[in-house]
Amino acid sequence: MDLQQLHQIQPYLWTLPLKPGESRKEVLLYGSKPLLESMDDKVLEQIANVASLPGLVSAAMTMPDAHWGYGFPIGGVAAFDAEQGGVISAGGVGFDISCGIRCLRSKLNIQDVRPHLSTLADRLFHTIPAGVGEEGLLKLDTKQLDQVLLGGARWAVQQGYGREADLEFIEERGCMAGAVPANVSELAKKRQRGEMGTLGSGNHYLEVQVVDRIFDTTAAQAFGLQENQIIISIHCGSRGLGHQIGTEYLVSMAKAAGRCGIHLPDRELACAPIKSPEGQQYIGAMNAGINCALANRQILTHLTHETFMEVFPNSELETLFDVSHNTCKIEKHKIGGKSRVLHVHRKGATRAFGPGHDTLPERYRAVGQPVIIGGSMGTGSYVLAGSSDNPAFASASHGAGRALSRHQALARWHGKQLIGELAQQGILIRSRSMRGVAEEAPGAYKDVDLVAEATEQAGLARRVAFLRPLACVKG
Amino acid sequence: MNKRVLSKNTKMISHYFEHDADIGIIGRGSTIERAFESAAEVVFAIVTNLETVQPDISVAFEFEEENLEFALVTWLNLLLGKARELGMVFCHFRIHRQGNLWQAEALGEKWHADLEHGVEVKGATLTMLSVKQIGEIWEARCVVDV
Repeated sequence: MDLQQLHQIQPYLWTLPLKPGESRKEVLLYGSKPLLESMDDKVLEQIANVASLPGLVSAAMTMPDAHWGYGFPIGGVAAFDAEQGGVISAGGVGFDISCGIRCLRSKLNIQDVRPHLSTLADRLFHTIPAGVGEEGLLKLDTKQLDQVLLGGARWAVQQGYGREADLEFIEERGCMAGAVPANVSELAKKRQRGEMGTLGSGNHYLEVQVVDRIFDTTAAQAFGLQENQIIISIHCGSRGLGHQIGTEYLVSMAKAAGRCGIHLPDRELACAPIKSPEGQQYIGAMNAGINCALANRQILTHLTHETFMEVFPNSELETLFDVSHNTCKIEKHKIGGKSRVLHVHRKGATRAFGPGHDTLPERYRAVGQPVIIGGSMGTGSYVLAGSSDNPAFASASHGAGRALSRHQALARWHGKQLIGELAQQGILIRSRSMRGVAEEAPGAYKDVDLVAEATEQAGLARRVAFLRPLACVKG
Repeated sequence: MNKRVLSKNTKMISHYFEHDADIGIIGRGSTIERAFESAAEVVFAIVTNLETVQPDISVAFEFEEENLEFALVTWLNLLLGKARELGMVFCHFRIHRQGNLWQAEALGEKWHADLEHGVEVKGATLTMLSVKQIGEIWEARCVVDV
């Protein structure tokens, strides 16, 4: 990205000045100079388009890990006010509705796990359905799926997957209100019948990690984190159902936008007024998609726990937190000293409520919400805590962000060779797809350390701990 | 049904274009329908090596769409949806347009462990979406989410 076109407001905050005749709200880009320089120009074009949508409040924003997405940039945040003609955008939520990360903490440490790491990786690979063509053990009919779409992780716990205690540490306590399964197509439900409890492929993973470094001892204590402790992160979403919802509503909203008098600078920004029948219908379907993702990660949590019990009898895995990064949520935010109810789109961005927020579990309320920035399989991930003065509708980064396209990665790395190189560094990869491994090469991602540092410096969230990968199951 | 055997996946490299996070696909043909069939082959070649897939099971479906570009997205997403619903992978495709009605058939087999594991394609998007005629060739392109 050419920074000449930007104006730097603060060391980690930039804006795109309006061109003569241009009509849009403000654009704010959070990040360091090197991170912004490495971003594709498309990010700027896309976020400027978002800033032109009706009913946008304050500004359209990008997080430090932003990259070129669909209509919205990945790492894009935008809040809309329904009372001011604000819109809901399927492109602003993303195709993998409620894609997110479930982070589990164990009572094991690196010394306990290292001698059994290969066995653990093999067992997880055997148990967790991952990658193309793999189905879950559950086969649900439409009626059962409707229960999933209404109940989310709560449904999964009721079926015996995981524990009631997990729910407290999942956003929305594991169950998103306002889900309308009837707004989800039959094809979407059919796609999902065999996909509950599956990881998927692409950038999704299940990773065994070790707490390598603590940055904030108070928050780490609240999150139950200490150096050398074993952590598990599960990154996945609403699988085929979420994508089917996304694609179907994207096309129908793109067609409806004209009827609603909305000019779309990019069809992928397809949206409808929040108060319109089209908007309400999508919101009901999207909330159902969120519950699908929450249930999926809950089932995977259960499978992971069972596998750990096989290798380490009596081991306990507790949910540290489950946070989604492809959503639109109704939240109250103070704008100009007044509390307003907004529809906050986070496309590849994590909610990051600060200390004292009333929706946080009591255990974390004093330090803020756990925010998880997932890195590549060779570098590591970060746990952060939401900042009280977050200026971006309580949002933060969600990952490292790609530096190279999948095609470029495929041309540069070979899956088998990469697995060998990572093994020499003590990182075990288990995957059926060598193509998938090559596309997800650590070198294809930006420096996660820079993203986490910029996230903190921009006042979005505070670094709490760095997690180093030990074993990774990839789709 | 177009029974032509696909060239090796690696030879299909000119059928892809760059996107930061996902994959751009290009289908080409002498007619709109052939370009759509080519686009479907390009998509499923991401999933597995199509040379090894047997066209044993036929799945037929139809849809209505007047806009050519939305028709491409709908065609690809219905194929991906059907493949997942039925636990299949497709290797041969046929589509016929009659006004706004598109009649389609896909052949393939049930997914099994011997098939090469590529990358799951979750769906076609409206990003970089276009269907146009360039000289005598029709070209259908979009970005697919993986």
